[in-house]
Amino acid sequence: MYQYDSYDQAMVDARVEEFRGQVARRLSGELTEDQFKPLRLKNGLYLQLHAYMLRVAIPYGTLSGKQMRLLGDIADKYDRGYGHFTTRQNIQYNWIKLDDTPDILADLATVEMHAIQTSGNCIRNISSDHFAGAAADELVDPRPYAELLRQWSSFHPEFDYLPRKFKIAVIASDTDRAAMRLHDIGIQMVANEAGEIGARFYVGGGMGRTPMIAPVIREFVPALQMISYAEACLRVYNRYGRRDNKYKARIKILVHEIGADEYRRQVEEEFAHILTLGLEPPQAEFDRIAAFFADPGFESGLSDAVDRSDPDFALWLDQNTAAHKQPGYAVVVISLKPTGGIPGDASADQIRLMGDLGTAYSLDELRVTHTQNIVLPHVKKADLYTLWQKLDVAGLASANLDLISDIIACPGLDYCSLANARSIPLAQKISKRFADMDRQRDLGELKLKISGCINACGHHHAGHIGILGVDRKGTENYQLSFGGSEAADTSLGVITGPGFSEDGVVDALEKATDVYLTQRSEGERFLDTYRRIGMAPFKEAIYG
Amino acid sequence: MGDLLRYRDDAATGAPVLALADFLAADNSVAVRIEPGEDARALLPHLGRIALIEVSFPAYGDGRGYSSARILREEGFTGELRATGDVLIDQLSHMTRCGFDAFAPAKPIAADAAAKAIATWPEVYQKTVDGRSPIWAKRHGG
Repeated sequence: MYQYDSYDQAMVDARVEEFRGQVARRLSGELTEDQFKPLRLKNGLYLQLHAYMLRVAIPYGTLSGKQMRLLGDIADKYDRGYGHFTTRQNIQYNWIKLDDTPDILADLATVEMHAIQTSGNCIRNISSDHFAGAAADELVDPRPYAELLRQWSSFHPEFDYLPRKFKIAVIASDTDRAAMRLHDIGIQMVANEAGEIGARFYVGGGMGRTPMIAPVIREFVPALQMISYAEACLRVYNRYGRRDNKYKARIKILVHEIGADEYRRQVEEEFAHILTLGLEPPQAEFDRIAAFFADPGFESGLSDAVDRSDPDFALWLDQNTAAHKQPGYAVVVISLKPTGGIPGDASADQIRLMGDLGTAYSLDELRVTHTQNIVLPHVKKADLYTLWQKLDVAGLASANLDLISDIIACPGLDYCSLANARSIPLAQKISKRFADMDRQRDLGELKLKISGCINACGHHHAGHIGILGVDRKGTENYQLSFGGSEAADTSLGVITGPGFSEDGVVDALEKATDVYLTQRSEGERFLDTYRRIGMAPFKEAIYG
Repeated sequence: MGDLLRYRDDAATGAPVLALADFLAADNSVAVRIEPGEDARALLPHLGRIALIEVSFPAYGDGRGYSSARILREEGFTGELRATGDVLIDQLSHMTRCGFDAFAPAKPIAADAAAKAIATWPEVYQKTVDGRSPIWAKRHGG
């Protein structure tokens, strides 16, 4: 894992002091809320329906046991004993007091963490593959590149007042576990014919009210020009992105309106200029960063055998673990989606326990997934049963990864001032309706995503089944869509037809899954069946 | 317009500041103002004779002027680069990093507070046009 040096620490400490001064000016009345707003947003502090919400950055979703434990302590000390893991691999706290925030940031700084640029119209936290460094299918570890981008984007003086927020994801395998093409910039690390590593840039993806899948803008940017190319992409956007309408201000609209070819031409022109300026950190700096991401001390010669005699354990093993590149190890996903629970929520005790388990069983590393679960990336197969027992006692052993109850949901109208409808109660209702695990396993991989408004924080466009909450004449109404995907076969969902009440949408969901069960061919997931047979049979069952 | 904060040793020009279109139509003007939507690169053929470029910020949230400033410095402009309009204290350090060396905020900012704000960052991660050595260079002897 990356570790701060005195420079990184000085930057974060300076930010804490700056924000402490700004909060003091707000509390004394020197700053009005209007003047304070852009300053608090640079530090991840939102004013929600009932309280302030603080969003803490977890760069590329990677953290140590110690960092995780501190996140649990913050939940106890400053919140109501809970933290909420988000779809951008971050954590947010929903019940924060303004005058506590400088102290929270100071606590975070003691473990090399911060809330910098987790909101506002700037470059947000860089996200990545939650299996990075463990996945059997990756070309290289994408995180050194993400860390390079993190440093470049931190307090970037030119790009702090962009037309709109800006999200970057970096992956390095053909299996996309980070919804890469649904980001403002998606980068896939690839090798060229000479075997050199470089970055393929996708620009102009996003969800929100106008979902778009990012086109390739450049097939191969040499690794040592990646920062310069990103700088060019951002500069063109900062200068020419729309500022007349916040709903048309994301880079996807610029790329769409002028076309990928014209955007590429402008970027290439700017890139040629920027290359003359020598802005790129040298190879030695990349090597310094990459050394932190060298394989942790894996043991060799371990057995791959796992005792499956406990049937409940065997179900969890099959559902919630993934292949590791090192023999004798597995990747474990801890589901934060228990039946009837709030997707992505964990109690302070659970967060601390996960930190402890990460230290004890995963070489002191944890990851946050964009699907709001937690990963222990490096677990010895010999430890899996013990680990599972400890998770089970803490209510953290739901064996439902990628099943219908592994729901992504935004905070919705229970917390968010932008929402039109509640997401959490609906997610809870669905997970209760489908609580029978045999039934869930029979339905197989089914990615269900719920957003409480058109901003699509719950990624509904990319759900095999997506649900969008809207306000219809003062009552909450839910639109259903099928066929989205955030994986390598990225696609956007299509709305089934008229919306439903909260109970109505759960009924419709059940009818749709019945159609799938009747119509599926051998080995087909819900998404595959939908793609093969189309919307009509589903529509007939739901509305007929 | 409020009090001018200026961090240059030379004397400020007293020449009238022309809008970009008027400046491009004139032959000998030495001071020009560009708006957020105007292309700073239109000034490139004339940089040698310009003493002052005002970059207008009608609203603090419109960040196009940061790119304008940086481009002008990258292209070798050494005259006064002045941010005018909705310029707030918490933006002075980033503006300085992008090459501004004068500020005419609509609401005055006290000189000592401004100096403190400009010095917010002990180190910087990016190489820009302000001459500061970025962290990545210092790490490797730069």
